[in-house]
Amino acid sequence: MKLFKLRGGVHPESRKELAADRAIRVLPMPEYLYVPLLQHVGAPAQPNVNVGDKVLKGQLIGASQGVISAPVHAPTSGHIVAVGDYPAAHPSGLTAPTITIKADGEDRWLDTEAVSDPFVLSPDQISARVAAAGIVGLGGATFPSAVKLNLSRKNNVHTLIINGGECEPYITCDDRLMRERAAEIVEGVRLIRYAVGAEVVMVGIEDNKPAALAAMTLAAKNTEVKVIAVPAMYPMGWDKQMIKALTGREVPADGRTADIGVLVHNVATAFAVRDAVRFGRPLVSRLVTVSGGSVIEPANLEVPIGTLVENLFQFCGGFRNKPARMVLGGPMMGIQLASAAVPIVKGSSGVLALTDSEIGNVQPSPCIRCSSCVRACPVGLLPLDMAAHIRAGDSSAAVTLGLKDCVACGCCSFVCPSHIPLVHYFNFAKGELMEQERVKLKQESTKKLAEMRNERIARIERERVEAAAKRKAAREARERAAKEAAAKVVTETA
Amino acid sequence: MNRIAHSPHAHAPISISKVMVTVMVALIPATLFGFWLYGWPSINLWAVSLIASIGGEALVVSWQGRTVRPVLMDGSGILTAWLLALSLPPFAPWWIAVLGSLFAVVICKQVFGGLGQNVFNPAMAARVMLLISFPLEMTTWISPVPLGSAHAPSLMESLRITFQSHPIDGMASASLLGHVKTEFTRGIGLDQSLVGYYAPWHSLAGDRAGSLGETAAVLLLLGGLYLIARRIITWHAPVAMLLGVAIPALLFNLINSNHYAGPLYHLLSGGVMLGAFFIVTDPVTSPNTTAGQLIFGFGCGLLTWIIRTWGGYPEGVAFAVMLMNAATPIIDYYVKPRIYGRDRKGVALPVGKES
Ligand code: SF4
Ligand code: SF4
Repeated sequence: MKLFKLRGGVHPESRKELAADRAIRVLPMPEYLYVPLLQHVGAPAQPNVNVGDKVLKGQLIGASQGVISAPVHAPTSGHIVAVGDYPAAHPSGLTAPTITIKADGEDRWLDTEAVSDPFVLSPDQISARVAAAGIVGLGGATFPSAVKLNLSRKNNVHTLIINGGECEPYITCDDRLMRERAAEIVEGVRLIRYAVGAEVVMVGIEDNKPAALAAMTLAAKNTEVKVIAVPAMYPMGWDKQMIKALTGREVPADGRTADIGVLVHNVATAFAVRDAVRFGRPLVSRLVTVSGGSVIEPANLEVPIGTLVENLFQFCGGFRNKPARMVLGGPMMGIQLASAAVPIVKGSSGVLALTDSEIGNVQPSPCIRCSSCVRACPVGLLPLDMAAHIRAGDSSAAVTLGLKDCVACGCCSFVCPSHIPLVHYFNFAKGELMEQERVKLKQESTKKLAEMRNERIARIERERVEAAAKRKAAREARERAAKEAAAKVVTETA
Repeated sequence: MNRIAHSPHAHAPISISKVMVTVMVALIPATLFGFWLYGWPSINLWAVSLIASIGGEALVVSWQGRTVRPVLMDGSGILTAWLLALSLPPFAPWWIAVLGSLFAVVICKQVFGGLGQNVFNPAMAARVMLLISFPLEMTTWISPVPLGSAHAPSLMESLRITFQSHPIDGMASASLLGHVKTEFTRGIGLDQSLVGYYAPWHSLAGDRAGSLGETAAVLLLLGGLYLIARRIITWHAPVAMLLGVAIPALLFNLINSNHYAGPLYHLLSGGVMLGAFFIVTDPVTSPNTTAGQLIFGFGCGLLTWIIRTWGGYPEGVAFAVMLMNAATPIIDYYVKPRIYGRDRKGVALPVGKES
């Protein structure tokens, strides 16, 4: 198939060999699980259990709230020991509302409603089952999948793209999933296609994963699913990049993929969809790659949601040397972990313990305007100019240059010979803008409140004046009447 | 508090000094060939340029109260001096090299704010300054006297040439471009002026008078290709510059071959090869986008050809580069990449159902 030309991108050393040949293993159930209520884009789930409650594996513990939200479920059987704040995977170690479960070791499933032929379900039923299972984009975007399905059906999506890009270095969990569970993925893909009524289904897989390509091609034989090799480059797994490569079309800025009739899901999401639709099983575990130069035995693990990162490292034999940095996700877009005592969430594809040389941290030097960053940016931005404006304290000039289109992919920082932390500048400016917008909103609402108050005072005043006028009129009328009556009496007596 | 490290947590194995060193490696063959061709005086001149640049930069930076080491270690000052040395007459006196190097790294670079802030290519600006201020020294060329040949100056003689401006008797010669220009003003056309003076093969072998960088055009081309292969530079600006020279040369040569020299003559003479692969690819003073670099390179080539053909100087690369340097901010302002999901003007693509 003809592939379309892409802009920018980089070729980081893949380092996937550390974990790529390690078959999926199941992490033994830890004693405690810490399940955050917000593991997705949208509103956090609302807890519906109390401390002391007994729960079964797969039981709803936090219900979806609002239009864009997803429920969370108990990843194992046990009882609730805490509902409250717990450190979340955040670079500065912020806490987040979390439900803590003490596992009882039985790992007993809730009775779920399985169907023997999921294709007899209606598209609505499929979407409902996906929603109930709490499935979110497992590639890392964590957008609630059911919302995407419904949106796609409304927009008459005609093309379904399944993203098997996995372009982040080190990360191999999607690769392993495709090698080991290709048939299940393909069934999930076909279910999604059926649910949204797409005509074309393409699975894009980077050509640096020949085994995954072969397994998927075999599993997709004689189905409507087309498996396509795309060139290995970062960020191939960025959904908009994958769309461009396979269809040649671009998602409009400020738009959604559905606007051009495309729906993109990740391979792991497709796998989870199959579990949810066929077996009624919610998303309570995911595959996580544990890797990095400091890890003794890198691995691809099936991990219950809510497992602490430190459990994963321990299971992998611990560290051979003190890691210079721990990262949740891939090295290009992942976040630094201040501590390993934070839980794995639905969007966590990997945990890395990196050495100094892997990070390549060097003091930044001045920009030499080499334009490497311009060539590398897949979005078509001018990172050097945006950073210069931000450094000068002029974020709005950076916005004019397209800061809001920046996807923080990190290509620019990665190639910069001066080691300028460009993404850092962009994140900083984006944070600042968000703050400004928040303040503006607040000011507006304060202004509105003040206006309402003024209006209320004015109305009270008006009413008071009106009432006084009325009273006066009434009094005058009364007086007039009295006078007239008196006059009448006078005339009558006269 | 723990400083928060932002993504990416990986970096390409590249740094400024690696870039500069790679460029220097690419210059080595041409430089060594030049050394062999012009002997000890050229080696002296090269060394003096580099030392002046290092010393001058160290002095200025420490005056400014900044740490000297990282500035020197990035290698950009050395590279600038090296490029300048390649564009000087090999038997020029030492103070030409010193003045040029100091002008390049101090006035053109550090005064503008250091690496990355300069508007003009320092090596070319220094060359232009020297040419205007010291026209005699800057246009005294000699024919090659390869090391080991009969006329080659010994090391002692070379020191006299470089440091005492010892007259160079009997060896003075005009560069090809200069020769043609002079003959031309005397009313002698190319058909005669080039006889016995020029054969393309001679240019290739460097067998004629000129600066270090001029005579080794082919080796510079190879060095440039190496840089492209190593992804230090891209092909855009160099190819555009070569085309900028070659296209008008070809057209006018077709119209009047006695009046206008052909493309090969232009491409292989003067500073075109050095310019195309080592000067217009200077990151700091060239545009940021691929399209911008094409425009920039072509402009440099075209202006070079125009100056050579109709201007007062036989060679125009340095002037052309400086003129285009001045135009770089304008090019950068107007030529920007198209943003994903937007049209060239930055307006979001229509959110239509189907197009
Ligand atoms: S890659 Fe770095 S040095 Fe090069 S232009 Fe961009 S910011 Fe400047
Ligand atoms: S982080 Fe932003 S500016 Fe940098 S390459 Fe990615 S999209 Fe472009």
